[in-house]
Amino acid sequence: MEIPRHWRLKQQRYGLVGEVCPHCDYKIFPPRDVCPNCGDEAKTLYTFSGKGEVFSFTTIYEAPTGFDHAAPYTVAIVKLDEGPMVTAQLTDLGDQPIEIGMPVEMVTRKMRNDGDERGVIVYGYKFRPAVVAA
Amino acid sequence: MTDVILAGIGQTEVGEHWGIALRDLALTAIRQAQADSGGLEPGALFVGNMLAPNLSNQAHLGVLLADHCGLRGIEAVTVEAAGASGGAALRQGYLAIKSGLVDVALVVGVEKFTDQVGAGVDAAVATTSDSDFEAVQGLTATGQAALLMRRYLHEFHVPAGGLAGFPLVAHANGAGNPNAMFRKAIKPEVYSKAEMLSDPVNLFDAAPHADGAAAVILTRADLLPKEFSHPLIKIAASTVSTDTLALHDRHDPLGFWAARESVEAALHKAGIALEQVNFFEYHDAFSLYAALSLEAAGFAARGEGWKLAEDGSIALKGRIPCATLGGLKARGFPGGATGVYQAVEAALQLRGVAGSCQVAGATFGLIQSLGGPASTSVVHILEKIG
Repeated sequence: MEIPRHWRLKQQRYGLVGEVCPHCDYKIFPPRDVCPNCGDEAKTLYTFSGKGEVFSFTTIYEAPTGFDHAAPYTVAIVKLDEGPMVTAQLTDLGDQPIEIGMPVEMVTRKMRNDGDERGVIVYGYKFRPAVVAA
Repeated sequence: MTDVILAGIGQTEVGEHWGIALRDLALTAIRQAQADSGGLEPGALFVGNMLAPNLSNQAHLGVLLADHCGLRGIEAVTVEAAGASGGAALRQGYLAIKSGLVDVALVVGVEKFTDQVGAGVDAAVATTSDSDFEAVQGLTATGQAALLMRRYLHEFHVPAGGLAGFPLVAHANGAGNPNAMFRKAIKPEVYSKAEMLSDPVNLFDAAPHADGAAAVILTRADLLPKEFSHPLIKIAASTVSTDTLALHDRHDPLGFWAARESVEAALHKAGIALEQVNFFEYHDAFSLYAALSLEAAGFAARGEGWKLAEDGSIALKGRIPCATLGGLKARGFPGGATGVYQAVEAALQLRGVAGSCQVAGATFGLIQSLGGPASTSVVHILEKIG
């Protein structure tokens, strides 16, 4: 299991921390230090709201190693309110049908395990249908 | 400038070769290609492979294959660009001859999927996507195609079964290719009843992973053996474009930008118009990728690529025949070998020996090798020159 690799991504996985370009105000996730919009350096950290909408989605039936216990599961591309898109599983769906354009919000969930090698569990962001205050 | 001549071709049957090792698949294809070229002796070997380090615990394929195939001592390296590895290796062979630094280059694409089965294969293929931000979410290659396909059906109001024409044409053509994994035409009902892999991608929307090796020999015209009897084929253009690795990083995921750029640049380099292309070997790892590739190349307007499969335009006698020997769907998808299979198949067409799959009077063949969802696109135009 690649522990350092998951550890160094903890701000992204737990906090959806990306960057904002100081030159053109473009919001960046995942962080890449070079603005994909204007090409200038962009290292200013920016925490995303975790709100967005479903751009597309699918169900994975034949899962790769580390995910087989969870199959079938739903993976989506979510368009964040601030602009960028992110790939993430959808969770807490219940019987609710998923639709393109559906509002969703980020939550922290178990993502995969290492097949009992060391018992390490990887946590990170997933998205659930947006909870509306009653 | 020097013309790069495609002097020899070889290929194994594509399929599940449980009893044959990676090195022996390559050996078969290489021996055939050498014999076909009239015995040219390669000075450099470029290996296209995607997953041997994961699936076979074998890296360092350059020397492995040079040593195993009777070429010990020559320059030999592996070129990797996911599913475009074969095309990328062909590109390196082209550059080697074009530069004048190598007289005879051997390009072999080889993939050995069946050294593993099950979830490990899906995990290995997923390493070709963005590991930190796509694969970690459990997304697979099929899942990526499904995300794009759902969006495509949604944006362009494509009817249910609208993409069925792609596997139908592929299987009809595969029936005439003795090296294809599937050599049987399928009926529309088979498509509509197929099980779902990742909705809306069904079993017949996805090309089957398989074992196989294909090889080509490249050289200059003045080095061809005296008794060389094949029609002359040159590589008229060789281009590569890259997009973002991750799908979610694209402003326009359905645009297949790299696929478009690489075709445009290749047509420019070959000095021909799109209408002069006689056949198109696209990278139909998924039905949708065939549709998007047709649109990106300019054969169809945006959102209308699927119509070319429905109305017969891509059939052997259609406006732009595609997947003429079965494509990835019916010939099979031998990973990093695929781009070299495309070159071999294009050569068969241009030599006029494609049997019942022959495209009449073909002069220009366009072949496109994609890595991931057109994250990498390698394009070659092959031209019959005599």
